[in-house]
Amino acid sequence: MAENSLSAQNVPVAQGKAAEQVTTKMTARDVSVFYGAKQALKNVSIDVTQENVVAFIGPSGCGKSTFLRCLNRMNDTVDSARVTGEIKLEGEDIYAGSMDVVQLRARVGMVFQKPNPFPKSIYENIAYGPKIHGLAKSKADLDNIVEGSLRRAGLWDEAKDRLQESGTALSGGQQQRLCIARAIAVDPEVILMDEPCSALDPIATAKIEELIDELRGKYGIVIVTHNMQQAARVSQKTAFFHLGTMVEYGDTSTIFTNPVESRTKDYITGRYG
Amino acid sequence: MAETTAHTVKSFDDDIAQLRSLISEMGGLCEAQIVGAIDALSDRNADAALAIVGNDRRIDALETEVEALAVRIIALRAPLADDLREIVAALKIAAVLERIGDYAKNIAKRASALAQTTRIQPVVIVPEMARIVATMVKDVLDAFVDRDPALAVEVWERDQRVDDYYNSLFRSLLTFMMENPQHITPSTHVLFVAKNLERIGDHATNVAEMVHFSVTGQYIIDRPKSDDTALYTSGA
Repeated sequence: MAENSLSAQNVPVAQGKAAEQVTTKMTARDVSVFYGAKQALKNVSIDVTQENVVAFIGPSGCGKSTFLRCLNRMNDTVDSARVTGEIKLEGEDIYAGSMDVVQLRARVGMVFQKPNPFPKSIYENIAYGPKIHGLAKSKADLDNIVEGSLRRAGLWDEAKDRLQESGTALSGGQQQRLCIARAIAVDPEVILMDEPCSALDPIATAKIEELIDELRGKYGIVIVTHNMQQAARVSQKTAFFHLGTMVEYGDTSTIFTNPVESRTKDYITGRYG
Repeated sequence: MAETTAHTVKSFDDDIAQLRSLISEMGGLCEAQIVGAIDALSDRNADAALAIVGNDRRIDALETEVEALAVRIIALRAPLADDLREIVAALKIAAVLERIGDYAKNIAKRASALAQTTRIQPVVIVPEMARIVATMVKDVLDAFVDRDPALAVEVWERDQRVDDYYNSLFRSLLTFMMENPQHITPSTHVLFVAKNLERIGDHATNVAEMVHFSVTGQYIIDRPKSDDTALYTSGA
């Protein structure tokens, strides 16, 4: 749990093996979400680190997407939603009055289930964010950001000769990588992915998974997925949600070979009600 | 025993049931082979011993069947957690049972040879030792099929008695050989038979560990090895 990763930072060397050195990007403590009178999420605490991709798994309606959307205040757009508890990005309370939500969503980027490029050129899709956030001083700067983002998203070779074509002309998998490049372009701290591969074929999925692995270590990454094998492949930490509660959180290898909670076991082995 | 809820996809449960049944069948054959080999030895029946040697092929064939089914389940069902541990355990247990079958076959071969030598007295301990190991094999596979870690631990502890029998038999046979060189040939055969039984006991112990891990996800702490005959230097 969260306590473990905190103590791992305080204790220099654990007995037997070296303590896990992690750079914490976000911390969530006792986060609850209410939609009107209904509580959708109950007291969830978790850390997002740069080193470990976190996968959220659980049946539909378990609260995993609700929690993900708290991390960049996407729930603000839902009128009846009320969030309690504390979420900090680099030590800063993201629900504080002084937090600029537009800025927050650049620092905590999001990739959705369905690729949603702007109906503009590939170049403009990437350049738009850095331009409005004032990250580029010159056209050359902007060109560099566009190329760097497309390269990091593994899309440069496929897109470099068609930068002026519409983003929507790309294939589904390419569009999703374009959306990841767009999130990267504003130099975020954390990238949230809500089922980023569920609309993609296996090859495009593999490319995204490889990309997630390459981005790990530079950004904190949280991925919600219904595909258990995908969670096992891309994440180092897994959290299992059920009925609004985080039932179990731990090393992905442990969760999938020897989970502690019987509810986790029943879900991942396909015995869930 | 560990609780099991049915899988949402019922044919997955059918696959696992089939895997358990194959392992169970292999175990039953191994148990029968051990008992049969020792009966042939006690009765000095070379024909029965030969039949035991021939039966080993059936165990080998079952091992192949288990391997094919386990690989198919892994490929098609992508099992996780206790399902994954059980299927990996089944693969390993099948290999161990195949080995136990080989030991029983070796005992049967010695039984043929022994039928042609003088009857020696320490042989009377061998059937008792065989009875214990055959029961260990049976019980440990019941523990696998019923997902019963307590029974697995109980079998695991029972191996101590097999080692004790083996150590005591080793000493009597040495004394026996020193008394009369004519006893050397039959005593050596009996010693190998006892060693084979002792190895079967060790393998049953390993299976107990696999069953325990498969069901609970925890390892049994190592038991000190108590076959001390390797340290034996003097017949005095």
